[in-house]
This record gives sequence, structure tokens and C-alpha cells, in this order.
Amino acid sequence: MTTKTDTIEGTVVEYVTAVIGGQLFGLPISRVQDVFMPERLTRVPLSSAEIAGVLNLRGRIVTVVDMRARLGLPKNDDGKPPMAVGVDLRGESYGLLIDQIGEVLRLPDDSREENPVNLDPRMAKLAGGVHRLDGQLMVVLDVDRVLEIVPTTLAA
Amino acid sequence: MDDLLREFLTETNESLDTVDNQLVRFEQDPSDAKILDNIFRLVHTIKGTCGFLGLPRLEALAHAGETLMGKFRDGMPVTAGAVSLILSSIDRIKEILAGLEATETEPEGSDEDLIEKLHEMAEGGSHAEANSEHAPVPVVAAPAVQPAITAGTLIDQVLERPLRPGEVSLDDLERAFRETAIEVEPAPAARAATPAPEAAKKEAKPRKAAAADVGDVQEADKIANQSIRVNVDTLEHLMTMVSELVLTRNQLLEISRRNEDTEFKVPLQRLSNVTAELQEGVMKTRMQPIGNAWQKLPRIVRDLSGELGKQIELEMHGADTELDRQVLDLIKDPLTHMVRNSADHGLETPAERAASGKPEQGTIRLSAYHEGGHIIICIADNGRGLNTERIKAKALQNGLVSEAELEKMTEAQIHKFIFAPGFSTAATVTSVSGRGVGMDVVRTNIDQIGGTIDIKSVAGEGSSVTIKIPLTLAIVSALIVEAGGDRFAIPQLSVVELVRARANSEHRIERIKDTAVLRLRNKLLPLMHLKKLLKIDDGSSSDPENGFIVVTQVGSQTFGIVVDGVFHTEEIVVKPMSTKLRHIDMFSGNTILGDGAVIMIIDPNGFAKALGAAGSSAQGMADENAAAHANTGEQLTSLLVFRAGSSQPKAVPLGLVTRLEEIATDKIELSNGRYMVQYREQLMPLVQMNGVNVQTSGAQPILVFADDGRSMGLVVDEIIDIVEERLHIEVAGSSEGILGSAVIKGQATEVIDVGHFLPMAFADWFSRKEMRPSVSAQSVLLVDDSAFFRNMLAPVLKAAGYRVRVAPNAQEGLTALRSGQTFDVVLTDIEMPDMNGFEFAETIRADQHLSAMPIIALSSMVSPAAIERGRQAGFHDYVAKFDRPGLIAALKEQTAGETRRAA
Repeated sequence: MTTKTDTIEGTVVEYVTAVIGGQLFGLPISRVQDVFMPERLTRVPLSSAEIAGVLNLRGRIVTVVDMRARLGLPKNDDGKPPMAVGVDLRGESYGLLIDQIGEVLRLPDDSREENPVNLDPRMAKLAGGVHRLDGQLMVVLDVDRVLEIVPTTLAA
Repeated sequence: MDDLLREFLTETNESLDTVDNQLVRFEQDPSDAKILDNIFRLVHTIKGTCGFLGLPRLEALAHAGETLMGKFRDGMPVTAGAVSLILSSIDRIKEILAGLEATETEPEGSDEDLIEKLHEMAEGGSHAEANSEHAPVPVVAAPAVQPAITAGTLIDQVLERPLRPGEVSLDDLERAFRETAIEVEPAPAARAATPAPEAAKKEAKPRKAAAADVGDVQEADKIANQSIRVNVDTLEHLMTMVSELVLTRNQLLEISRRNEDTEFKVPLQRLSNVTAELQEGVMKTRMQPIGNAWQKLPRIVRDLSGELGKQIELEMHGADTELDRQVLDLIKDPLTHMVRNSADHGLETPAERAASGKPEQGTIRLSAYHEGGHIIICIADNGRGLNTERIKAKALQNGLVSEAELEKMTEAQIHKFIFAPGFSTAATVTSVSGRGVGMDVVRTNIDQIGGTIDIKSVAGEGSSVTIKIPLTLAIVSALIVEAGGDRFAIPQLSVVELVRARANSEHRIERIKDTAVLRLRNKLLPLMHLKKLLKIDDGSSSDPENGFIVVTQVGSQTFGIVVDGVFHTEEIVVKPMSTKLRHIDMFSGNTILGDGAVIMIIDPNGFAKALGAAGSSAQGMADENAAAHANTGEQLTSLLVFRAGSSQPKAVPLGLVTRLEEIATDKIELSNGRYMVQYREQLMPLVQMNGVNVQTSGAQPILVFADDGRSMGLVVDEIIDIVEERLHIEVAGSSEGILGSAVIKGQATEVIDVGHFLPMAFADWFSRKEMRPSVSAQSVLLVDDSAFFRNMLAPVLKAAGYRVRVAPNAQEGLTALRSGQTFDVVLTDIEMPDMNGFEFAETIRADQHLSAMPIIALSSMVSPAAIERGRQAGFHDYVAKFDRPGLIAALKEQTAGETRRAA
């Protein structure tokens, strides 16, 4: 685990929550730069299917990752415009496309549980544990692993 | 840090780099007084400033160095030992400076050892030389040693004042220093003054030199006063602001484009121009010649050649290629590293080189140039090349690859392993390289700036590393185009022209099955659809015959990119692509347009790669880089596949075909028993292949062959496709007009012999022109200035079982022969511009390595006199151009002889 969630016992971690395909996810707030509405997204031909495109966010070029594709979920069809969570990795800006942004939760780190063994493998790869909340589960997203996108659909 | 000290440090570091370089040059050419003056002045300035700033340690060292150099100026012989000593003093000065930079005080320590040696060398020049471990390098024939005192004071006085006007205290300090020096020096000077008598004679010279100095110094001073030092951060900030300004201007222009006439138009135009100029100016401040990054290399190579006992020559080409400063900084270390690698691993020892028949001196060649909007830097050596076996073993050992995978890999793929982390095949770790932290670091650095790196190597001939740095951080002019509903930017640098193709116009897109071509000024230009290439074809019906074609040139390749629309050109700020997208080689970066949208920048090099027509023969020949000669392989040939007479497809090299035409059947006339058609205001005879009938209605497809103003049309049933294949004729043809059969796209295809049909149109087709020769037994070099005959003969020869390399003139033929590729026989045309076939043969005969090479002349002028002339020039045989059976027979004879000789 490389995110800040993995700290000393008893620490409290703040998560920005987001809904993707009906599932609640949490992103460590320390990794989140901003939340924005993706506008004028330019698709990038020949890129991996998980890259939704690139856009201009206040003069910076942001690579937008389609989280539904990344998690192996079907395309969103409710017609609502998606939101994006901005994160940075090694000096580059990324935007993670989500369906809906939620509140910020403060959760004690020691209540985080390991990934259930039967978690969907695509999701398990990106998850850094699970928090049990009232009535639902929140999957902690490991931002570094989310951005480990291998250029699979190389131009043949 | 004290301002004065900071300035001193920057200035001194710069001077020292220059000194390093100049010394190496000086060593090679000790008679160049100007270089010596430069070095002397630099060291002297350092010394002077040190005294002023109160840095005794530096000052003492610089002084000792200066004294020795003063002796050189007075004519003391320059030895490798002495230069090494001065270089090591400079290294020590650098160490002290580094300490000074870190702590703001001179580091503790003593330089007595060096100072002592310097003095010794200065005093007993000739003795020291004799004892020196280093071999003396070329030495000036001016042995007079002049008493140091005279020279010292003399130069000093003249130099000091103009150099630093107004700095009286420094001057005083200097003089005081001189005086103390005199107290020390007389005794040893007396001891060493063997050739002193000549001193008087020599006196006049330094005086003159000193006078020249004054001029130089004043000049330098003037230049110095015209430049100021600006903090890099300031420039960076300026650049960012200008980029923003450019974007804003673009936005404004966009708005004004939408609103036809506004009063803003004129001021906006002005703003636009001013912005452009501002941008250019700021860009200039950031550009530096790549030579700055190479400055240290001559010194490094000199040291290495001493250390490794190798003779190394460093060639540098294109040092003035300008590069963004930021990029320059990042490639400095990788370049140094690769040069070290070449010297240590690449080049062999003189003994090894001699044993393998190479000159003892190895060469490392650095070159830099712009290409297709990229900067290409190439580091090549003519050493032993990479050891593929050892790389394989190491890759296995490091678990990078399995044995089975290795089996399937090409050499080039295997060579790429040297970029893997921790990969070093050097059996012994030397102080120079071999620590395994090499090429992967290099690659990481190059990756950082969005560049690519590639290595080519031929065992025994050398290797070359090519670094391609894209236009990151730069502003370029780009053409904005549309394809599949998206916009893309194509760098203007590679755009040659724009063609609007329309049905029924001169320029129209023609289709040969799935391959689109454009007829442009009598040439067939391969076309690529942008949206197909990018796989964004939305299926929306784009008119197959209409479209905008961006004619693009990359290196020697020209091709057309078909786009749906062309907007305008715009200055764009190239931003590097995200690491997640960098693998897509169709794009070189992305940018934000005036309207705020992000668009991708097309990389024409990626397109050229996709086109696949890598390396036409002429290109391969022109490439002087030894490593590029590597592939003796056959070249890809574009073939036109068609059907005529039978159901079996037929093919002809596309290069031979001038045009493809469809002619309305009612235009075809029968005259004198032959079919003719009026074509471009001339009567063009039509030739039918066996079993082909001229159609009676509709359109008749024909292949037009033209040469020297004459055209003939070959009547075919149907044009099928254009393919890129290695032309490999497997079965020789038995029927007239068929060279043989080859497998093309998995189907047995008859390759037609154009040579058979041409005389059917004009009986004298061949006798009008020289044919080209240049075939060798198993491997044939064919030299002919006519592309038409090259293209025609190559298949003939291939059909007869020869590997063929073609060259368009004698010069390139020679280059090919000397490239290390072996040929069994040379076939050459006689009538060629510049160097004709006879001269070519004589040159080959005169070359000791090639003198035994069989040469066959191909000519239409077969007269006893010509044959005799050929014999004198050294031709083994003389064949008439149209006598193909004779040619093959002659080839067989010559190569059989060759085989016997070799056996």
C-alpha cells in the first residue's frame, strides 16, 4: 500500500467519496487535487480504452481516465454528465471520471479491512481495502494502482 | 552568497570548460599561438580574480599553471605530459571551486604536489619531458626556453590593464604577486636554462603576440559588455508568460475570425505580429547550440584514449544545431555517457583493429541535425559493435527473457536489452564504464524529455545510437486539420503542400483496390487516410474521390495524408504527452488551441513508419553511417498487381509504372495493325500481353510506361492492388514477357518483364540508352543512372537468383563497395554523368581491396572499339544491354570464376 492510508495505528484518514457504477469508492483526500466537470474532452485515437481523452484544465493538459472502463464496468447510460476527480502522479495531471461525487468522510485507519477475497479481480487490483459504513461498503481506491495503465491496445 | 563570489564561480566554471577544450586542441596543434593565448588569458583571469577575492589556494595553483603556460608561449615544447599536468591542475581547481560553492570558503588541503610538479615542468621543460611517462605528442619545433621572469612581467603588464579596467587593486595585487614569484624563480630557472642562448632571438615574438593580445582582449571586453547574465528562472517565467500570451492571442484571433468586420481587426493584427516577434525573441534566449553540451567531450576522449591505450578520434558534426536550453541540460550527461561507452566498449585496441584490417585510429562520430520537427543526435563509432551473444547470455541471466523468447527475437530487439536497468555486459568493470548504471539511465533521461532512443549495431563494423528529441517545450507552427470529427495539428515543418483532390480534376484520388494513390505531377504518391490510420473512421461517407491531401515529407519519403478538412495554421505550444500516451507514435505531443480545446499533434515520422516503405535503395546508399549499411537485406519493393490474360495475378514494380490510366475504348484507334491512343497530345502505342483483348466498350485500364519522352501503354484486364513486398522471384518464367513467379500476398504471381514489352512499342527502346550493369554473382551491385533501367534490371537479376543492390551513380556504387558489404560482381552502365562506367571500373581496379572484383559492362554501344576500351578499363565482360540471356550467361561465368578463386 503506498497511499497515506497506510499510516500508524489510530490515524484518521479523510476520503473523498465517489460513486462509480453504483458502488461507493473513497479516494484519500491527500491525493485529490480538485473535482471538476470535464468539458471539451478530446479523445485520443489509438490510446488504451481506459483513457477517456485529454482536456484543458486551467491551462494544464489533463489525461482523463474512464474509471468505469478501468473497473470493467459497463458504460454509463443514465445520461447524467460525469464528474472528474483530479489527481497528480509524478508531475502529470490526471482526471478520474466518476458518476457522482459524494461527501468527505473521516474514517479511522484501523477500521479498514482487507479486500474480500471474492472481490471482482479488476476491482481488487485497484482497491486498497474496504470500509464498512452504515448500510454500505466503501472501497478505498489506490490512486497509484489506478494509474498503472499499461498501453494494452497498442496500435497494431 | 556574496554576489561577487557567485559571479566569480559562474564565470570561472565557464572559463575552465573552455580551457579544457582549448588545451586538447592546443596539444594537437601546438603551433597555434592564438589558442595558447586564449588559455593563458583565461587562467590568468582566474588567478587575478582569486587574488582579489582572497582565495590563496586557488591563486597559488592558477599561478603555477600560468607559469608553465607562459613557458609554452615562450616556445617551450608542448608535451602530452605537460598538458596532462595542466589538465589535472584544472581538475583540482574545479574541486576547490565546488567546495567553494558549497561552503563559501576554500576547502582545506594542499596543492603542493601539483604546484611542485608544475614548477618542475616549467623549469626543466625538456628534462621533465624526457622522464614523462606519456609519449610525446606532435611537438612544435621551437625549443627555446626563455627566462620566465621576462615573459611573465611583460605579458602581465600588457594584459592586465585592458582586461579589467579600473581594477587598480587587482593590478597592484598582481604586481606584488609577480615580485614574490621572482624571488623564487631565479635559481631553478638557471638550473634549467639549457637552450637559453636562443632566448634573445625569440624575444621579439612574444612581444608581438602580446600586442595582438591587446586587440583580442579589447574585442572580448566589448562583447562582454554587451551581454548580461540573466537568471534562468527569469527566462523560464518569461517563456511561460509568452506561451500564455500566444494562447490568448490565438483565442482573440479565433473570436475575430467569427465576427467578420470588427474594429478590433487592425489592432489585433498588430498584437499578433508583436506577439510573434516577442515569442521568437524569447525562444532565442532559450536556444543554445548543442555544441555547448559537447564542450567537455574532447577532453574526456583525450583522457580516455590515454587511459585505455586506444587511438580515438572524435568527430563532431552539427555543433551549431540549436536546442532548447532545458533539453540541452538533460541530454548532456547521457551524451557524455554514450561517448564513454563507445570509447571503452565500442572501439577496439589498436592491435585488435589492425588485426581486423581497420585503421588503428578508431572514430567516434557525433552528429546533430533537425529532421521532421525533431532533433536527431547520433553517436556512432566504427568499433566492434555490440556482442549479441553476450547480451543474450546476460539477458537470460538477469531473467529478462526466456530462451524461447530469445529465439524469436531479431538482433535489433536483442540489442535493445542494453537499455534494461542494471544491464552491463562488460566483462570487467573499468573506471570508465561497465558499472551497469549506464544505458538505462540514459534512456530514463531521454524519456523524461519525451524523446526516443534507438541503437543499431553491426558486429565488426560499429554501432550507432540515435536519440530523437521531439519538439517539447517549443512553439511551432502547425496546420490544423480535421478527420473523423476531431481536429489534429500537423507540424508545418514537414508539410510540403496541400492538394485539393476532386473527381475529374487533374489531381484525383485513385484507388487500386484498397490502396489510394494520388497522381501528382506525373508521380504516384501513396496516400493514407488520417482517420483510418488513427482508427477513428466513423463510417460517415467521405467522398472517396474528394478530399484534402496534406503532402508530407519525412526524410526522403513523401506521402499524402488525406484529411476531411483543413482549417488554418496556428502557432502552437507543444506540450509533452502524458506518459500513458507516449507509446502512440502517431503523435508527438498535444497542445491547447486558441479556443481552449486540447488537440493531438501528428508525428509525421510515425506516419512514415506506418507507411512502411522504409529505406528506398537510394536512401540506404546515401546514408554514410556504417551501421546503417547493416542490412544487406533486400529492399521492400512496391508492386502493382493486376490481371491480364489469365486468372493468375501478375505484378510489376510500381517504380516502373509512370501512370495508371483508364481510357475510354472509343479513344482507342487501330492504325497500321497496332492499337494507338492519343495521349497527352502524342500517339501512344498500346501493347497487349498474350491473351489480353482490348475491350470494346467502357474503359480500358492501361499501365503507362514512359522514359525519355516516350510512352507506351500496356493493356491489362484489371488493376488489382498495390502491395509492399520483398520481391523474391522463385520460379523463373518460361513464357515470353514473364520474369518468373513470386509469392505476393500469399498468392503465386507472375512478375512481368517490362523489358520484353517495351521494344514491342518502339523497337529501338533499348538502343537509345545505355543499360546499367553492376551485378555480382551471388550478390550483385547494379549501377545505372536511369531509374527505369535499374527498376527493370533488378527483377531480371533477382529472377536469375542474384541478390541485387542498386546504385544510381558510380559514386554511390563506390560507397556501397566500400561500406563493407561484399559483392560478387559489379554490373555497370557505361554512359553515366560525372563518372562514367570506364572511370568507375578503373577506380575499382585501382582500389587494392576491390581490385579482384569482376566487373561487367552493360552497354548498347557494342562495337569492337568499345569492347577494347572496356577491356583496358578493367571490365571482365561486356554485354549488350538488350541481351538478357547474354547478361545472365556473363554473370554466371564471372561468379563461377569468383567461386573458384575463393575456394
